[in-house]
Amino acid sequence: MKRSRIPFFTTLAVLVFFYLPLVILSVNSFNDSRYGGPWNGFTVRWYVRLFQDRQIWHALQNTLIIASTATLVSMVVGTMAAFALNRYRTRLQMVHYGMIYSPLIVPDILMGMSLLLFFVALNVKLGLVTIFLAHVTFCISYVAMVVLSRLQDFDFSLMEAAQDLGAGHWTAFRRVMLPLIMPGIAAGGLLAFTLSLDDFVITFFVSGPGSTTLPIHIYSMMKHGAPAVINALSVILLLVTFVLVSASRTMREKIQ
Amino acid sequence: MSDFLVFEGVSKHYGDIRAVDSVSFSVNKGEIFSLLGPSGCGKTTLLRCCAGFEDPDAGRIILDGRDITGLPPHERKVNTVFQNYALFPHLTIRENIAFGPRMARWTKGEIDKEVSRMLELIQMEDYAGRKVTEISGGQKQRVAIARALINRPQVLLLDEPLAALDLKLRQRMLVDLDAIHDEVGITFVYVTHDQGEAMGISDRIAAMNRGRIEQIGSPAEIYEAPRSSFVAAFIGDTNFFDGTVTGVLDGSYCRLKIEGFPDVLAWNDKGLQTGNAVHLSLRPEKFKISREKPDEASSLNVVQGTVEDVIYLGSHTKYWVRVDDYRLGVNQQHRHYLLDTRPIIWGETVWLSWFADDSCMLERYKAEDENLLVLPDMEEESVPE
Repeated sequence: MKRSRIPFFTTLAVLVFFYLPLVILSVNSFNDSRYGGPWNGFTVRWYVRLFQDRQIWHALQNTLIIASTATLVSMVVGTMAAFALNRYRTRLQMVHYGMIYSPLIVPDILMGMSLLLFFVALNVKLGLVTIFLAHVTFCISYVAMVVLSRLQDFDFSLMEAAQDLGAGHWTAFRRVMLPLIMPGIAAGGLLAFTLSLDDFVITFFVSGPGSTTLPIHIYSMMKHGAPAVINALSVILLLVTFVLVSASRTMREKIQ
Repeated sequence: MSDFLVFEGVSKHYGDIRAVDSVSFSVNKGEIFSLLGPSGCGKTTLLRCCAGFEDPDAGRIILDGRDITGLPPHERKVNTVFQNYALFPHLTIRENIAFGPRMARWTKGEIDKEVSRMLELIQMEDYAGRKVTEISGGQKQRVAIARALINRPQVLLLDEPLAALDLKLRQRMLVDLDAIHDEVGITFVYVTHDQGEAMGISDRIAAMNRGRIEQIGSPAEIYEAPRSSFVAAFIGDTNFFDGTVTGVLDGSYCRLKIEGFPDVLAWNDKGLQTGNAVHLSLRPEKFKISREKPDEASSLNVVQGTVEDVIYLGSHTKYWVRVDDYRLGVNQQHRHYLLDTRPIIWGETVWLSWFADDSCMLERYKAEDENLLVLPDMEEESVPE
C-alpha cells in the first residue's frame, strides 16, 4: 500500500507558516538595507548599532531586574500557594484555587487596566515597582500551577519514611521533599522568567516615565522607524528564549 | 521476654468513625506478630500509632518498659516497611539504605560497613549503585526491609509489605522474610489482610474487626478454634450451624439438635448445659464425603445429603452438599486419585461424616459474618486493599 503524502505536505505547510517569518526576520537582520526589502548585501551594522544604543541597554537592564526579582518572589510565594492548595482540604480551597488560577485566563488587557486603576486609586507612583508587582501577580499563578502538579505526584509516605528513619520534620523536608520538587519549582521559575521578560500589555499599562522595559522600547522603536535594529534585537531575544526554554525542558525530563 | 511491646486501651477516632476502639495486647520480644483483618478494621491505624504517624486519642503504647506514646517518629526505636516501599527516588540503593545511619550520624566507616552487610543480607550487592526506578518490585521490597533493619530497631513494623507483589513472588518473599527474621532476631509486627501470609509467617496472630481485636493466638489456634463467627469466616472457609444442647455426655462431649440433622455429637469445651443454644463452626476439609455409609464409630457424626455443585480444583475438589436448609461446603483432598474411578457428580446422594472433636463452638456469632465466607469462584484470590 502506498502511503499518503498528505500528512507530509500538511506538516511542511504548517512549519513554513510558523517559521518563515522568523527566517525572514533573521535574514533581514543581516541585510544592508534600512527598511528590509531587497537584499543589499551582508552586514552586521545593525548589531553594532544595537550594542551602541544606550536606551536599549537601559531598557534591557530594567527588564532583567524586573524579571529576576518577580521570578524569585513568585517562586517563593507560588510554591507556598501550591503547598497550601495541595495539603489542606476545605471548601474554601475551591475559591483559593480559582483565585490562583484566574490570572492565567483573564485577558492581559483586563489585568493591565485593573492593575493601573488599582495603583492610581492607591496613589502609587508608576515605575519599576508597579511593573514588578504586576509581574509577580501573574507569575505566581504559573509557578503555583507547575509546582502543584509536581506535588500531586509527590508520595507523602516518603516524608513519613524519612521521619521514620530518624529525620526531624525540617530535615525530612530538606533532604527528601525539596530535592524531589525542586525541578518543579525551577521549571515554574523559568516559565515565570520568560513570561515576565516579554510581557508587553500589562507592562504597558503600569509603566511610568523612566521605567521602560525592552518590549515597550521595541514598540516605540517600531513607531520611530528603526526596523533593521529591531530585527537584530529580535534575533538575539529569540536565541536567549530558545536557550531558556530548552533548559527548562531538560530539567523537566531529568526528573522523569 | 513477654510484654515487650504493650498496647494499653489504645483508641483512635476519625470524626465519628472509631478506627481503633480501646485495644489492648502485648507482643513478645523476638516474635512475628500479625495484625490480620479486612480493610478498615484498624490494623494499619494501630501500626501508625506505634510508628508515631498517628497519636492515639486514648491509651498508651509501651516499648521495652518505656512509654513511647506521643513521641515523634524519629525518636522511636521503631522502623517501618511501607506498603508502597516509599524508597527515595532521588537516591541510589546504597544511599537509601544509608539514610537512617546518616540521620543518626554514624561514622562513615561504620555506615559503609553496615550498608554492605545489609546489601549482602538481602542479596543485592550488585545493585548498590542503581536508582530505585531501575530495580524490580521484589528487589524494592528487600531494599525497604534493609533500609529499616540497618537502624537496629527494637521493633520492625511491616505494613502490607507484600501486597504489591504477584502471588508467586509473594510466596518467595514470605520465605525470605522469615529467613531475615531468623537472622536478625528483631520483633516483627506484621499488618496484612491476607490470611495465607499471616498464617505462614506469624508466631501469633491478632484477628481484628471493626477497630477491635477478636482473638489472639497461634495460627493453628486461630484456625482450628475460632472464638467468633468473624474469625471463623474471615480466616479460611467454614460452615455455620445453629443448634441446641439436648444432652451432656461424660464431661467433654455433648449432644446437639440441629434442624434437619440426626443427633450431632460435639466437643463441649465451653461447658454448655442442656437447653443452651449454640453456634457451631465446621471447616470444609473436616468432612469426609462418600457414596457408601461410613462405618459407625463412637465419635463420628453421619448425615445424608444431595450434591448440588462440584468444583474440581486440582489438589482437592469442592462439593456443595444440600442437607435440609443447609448448603454445606465440603473439601475433599486428592490424596489418592484414579482417573478411571467414577467421580461423585451433581445430583448424587452422598454421606457426609465428621469427628465430634473437629467442630468448634463459637462464643460470639453474628449472622452478617456469613457474608465473609468464600464464594466458590473466589477461592485462592485475595484482593489488595
